Amino acid sequence: MKVLAAMSGGVDSAVAAARMVDAGHEVTGVHLALSRNPQSYRSGARGCCSLEDSTDARRAADTLDIPFYIWDLSDRFATDVVDDFVAEYAAGRTPNPCLRCNEKIKFAAVLDRGLALGFDAVATGHYARLLPGPDGPELRRAIDPGKDQSYVLGVLSAAQLAHSLFPLGDSYKTDVRAEAERRGLSVAAKPDSHDICFIADGDTGGFLDRHLGEQPGAIVDTAGNELGHHPGTHHFTVGQRKGLRIGTPAADGKPRFVLDISPVDRTVTVGAREELAIEALTGIRLTWTQHPVTEPWQGEVQVRAHGEPVPARIAVRGEHLEVELDEPLVGVAPGQAVVCYDRDRVVGSATIAATRRVPAPTEAGAAR
Amino acid sequence: MVEVAAVVGNASSQHHSGRAARRIVEDARERVADLIGAEPIEVVFTSGGTEANNLAVHGAWLARRADRPAVWLGSTEHPAVRDQAAVIEAEGGRVDWVEVDPAGHSVIPEIGPDAAVVSVMWVNNETGAVQPVAEVAQRAHDAGALFHTDAVQAVAWLPVHFHDSGADLLSLSAHKVGGPVGIGALVATRAASPTPVLVGGGQERGIRSGTLAPMLVAGFAAALAETVAEREAAATRVAALTERIRHGVGGISDTRVNSVAPVSPAIVNVTFDGLRADDLLLLLDAAGIDCSVGSACAAGVSRASHVLLAMGRTEADARSSLRFSLGHTTTADDIDRLLHVLPGAVERARAAGGVSG
Repeated sequence: MKVLAAMSGGVDSAVAAARMVDAGHEVTGVHLALSRNPQSYRSGARGCCSLEDSTDARRAADTLDIPFYIWDLSDRFATDVVDDFVAEYAAGRTPNPCLRCNEKIKFAAVLDRGLALGFDAVATGHYARLLPGPDGPELRRAIDPGKDQSYVLGVLSAAQLAHSLFPLGDSYKTDVRAEAERRGLSVAAKPDSHDICFIADGDTGGFLDRHLGEQPGAIVDTAGNELGHHPGTHHFTVGQRKGLRIGTPAADGKPRFVLDISPVDRTVTVGAREELAIEALTGIRLTWTQHPVTEPWQGEVQVRAHGEPVPARIAVRGEHLEVELDEPLVGVAPGQAVVCYDRDRVVGSATIAATRRVPAPTEAGAAR
Repeated sequence: MVEVAAVVGNASSQHHSGRAARRIVEDARERVADLIGAEPIEVVFTSGGTEANNLAVHGAWLARRADRPAVWLGSTEHPAVRDQAAVIEAEGGRVDWVEVDPAGHSVIPEIGPDAAVVSVMWVNNETGAVQPVAEVAQRAHDAGALFHTDAVQAVAWLPVHFHDSGADLLSLSAHKVGGPVGIGALVATRAASPTPVLVGGGQERGIRSGTLAPMLVAGFAAALAETVAEREAAATRVAALTERIRHGVGGISDTRVNSVAPVSPAIVNVTFDGLRADDLLLLLDAAGIDCSVGSACAAGVSRASHVLLAMGRTEADARSSLRFSLGHTTTADDIDRLLHVLPGAVERARAAGGVSG
């Protein structure tokens, strides 16, 4: 096969490319330039946009003796990922830009261009498995539970997965590092990336301030009492505890959390942790890794990249996904993706549009 | 080369091995001077074309800026000349540009009396356009300015005679004539003494400090001698090959050749509408054919060629353009293979989308 290996400059994608070469594929490395200012150096944190990363990716490709190119996707990235990220926060939601990047850039713009140029598949260093199944390739969790990235791939369609390769899904991260060392890849000891790649200093609030400006509003409790002020709703996400800067403590002395964000009147509602618990959620913008599932099923859902999966009853109603959770979840924000699993298999995903709180305990219940 | 490689002395030293090294360097200097129509004293060895260009333009401006604060630079110069504009401006100088016409040939500028140096390349490295060096030199001299020409691309294919050219300063690079990487020369008249941009031991007329590598200098002279001896025949042979590329490209729809006479026989620059040059390069590379796009930033992201933009092309045109450079080792078979692969590669790259996609 002619394989396009997306090489970020990190250890995972370098080893993934190496394994594709070993498998006998005709491999071409491609580094995606996503920042409009690729000159920026980052230290301490790792990202997808720095000069250092493109140099590291090229060095790995040279070590593997494969052709290497840099594709400038900064315009697409700015529109589809960064602008979307800002707009979602402006609307009071909490987006996941990595998911968006996989959906719109790596497995869309890059894959389309690669296929048009005669490549058969795109290989990445994501930790997830693709196993053959009766209905086509099945996307499954990686065997390394600490590194499993099936969540951020949960938005991919059957058509996208049909041309995707994840050579690291059967490996543990420690083994991948050792393998990089053995192969003489100089990125073997490079730290993992965690932060949002286009926010170089890690200050998401400051980044959003620069794009959205100060939009001060009130912080209120569930009864509507004003407790303080904030510089903009984009500084908050549902479930957040830190940075509220409320002077007066709660009557019960317990810490308060963000319960709700209303960007229209710029109100942030806070309350006790118990009030964060949800028992159901509704998703929109459904995606399926194979054919759409019409019958309800008992499976698991995950709402964060590194969150624990929760058992749930999952059903499609028209354009919506309805999820009834077997156990409550806390800190679930509109805009996050809910990825649905059948055991370790990713079935599909949706964007969370609404949640239903666990009802407050009755007087009788509270007295017991 | 074996004999030279055994010499490890410092050509600036007095002892025996120093003398041996010095003899090799001076023999090479005489040889290079003879091959390009200069006197030995005028040949200043440098680390390559980039250093020669910096020494020529920045150095000449530094030497004369007290009463002549301006420099004139060709708008399609190599970055080794062009990007000195920012340096010179930051140091209080003024930069004026020698514009080009749509074919990429310099428009003879009206140079004022405050110009220290005018720099226009002999042959453009992206389009092959041969510049009106003698005319610009004359105009520069009329204004009392020095004239520099970057002849790095020219000397492999065109007769280059320093004294006949009208240039006061001329840059050369060894590896563009098949010599070693890491050596070049600035040819400078006695009167044109640029201020050193690197200070040190005062070697090379006090203009270019640093110990020379006799092996590189000798390799440069040997490669230049071979190039000059074979130049006319090689140029005729390669011109026939580029003519075939022009003809072949003409058979593909929506293409334009950006290399217009007078032009180097070794370069054909083509705009292929509706594709990304990066994609065509990838496909040709996969077929074993080397070619180049305009330029890239430090991170390797390709940029629209400043040469094509200076010629009035749009950003989209510039990003859809590819350069085919031929060398002494390019064969008729290579061209056959290129012309066999090119139409399909263009079609496929167009299917992958244009520059806006």
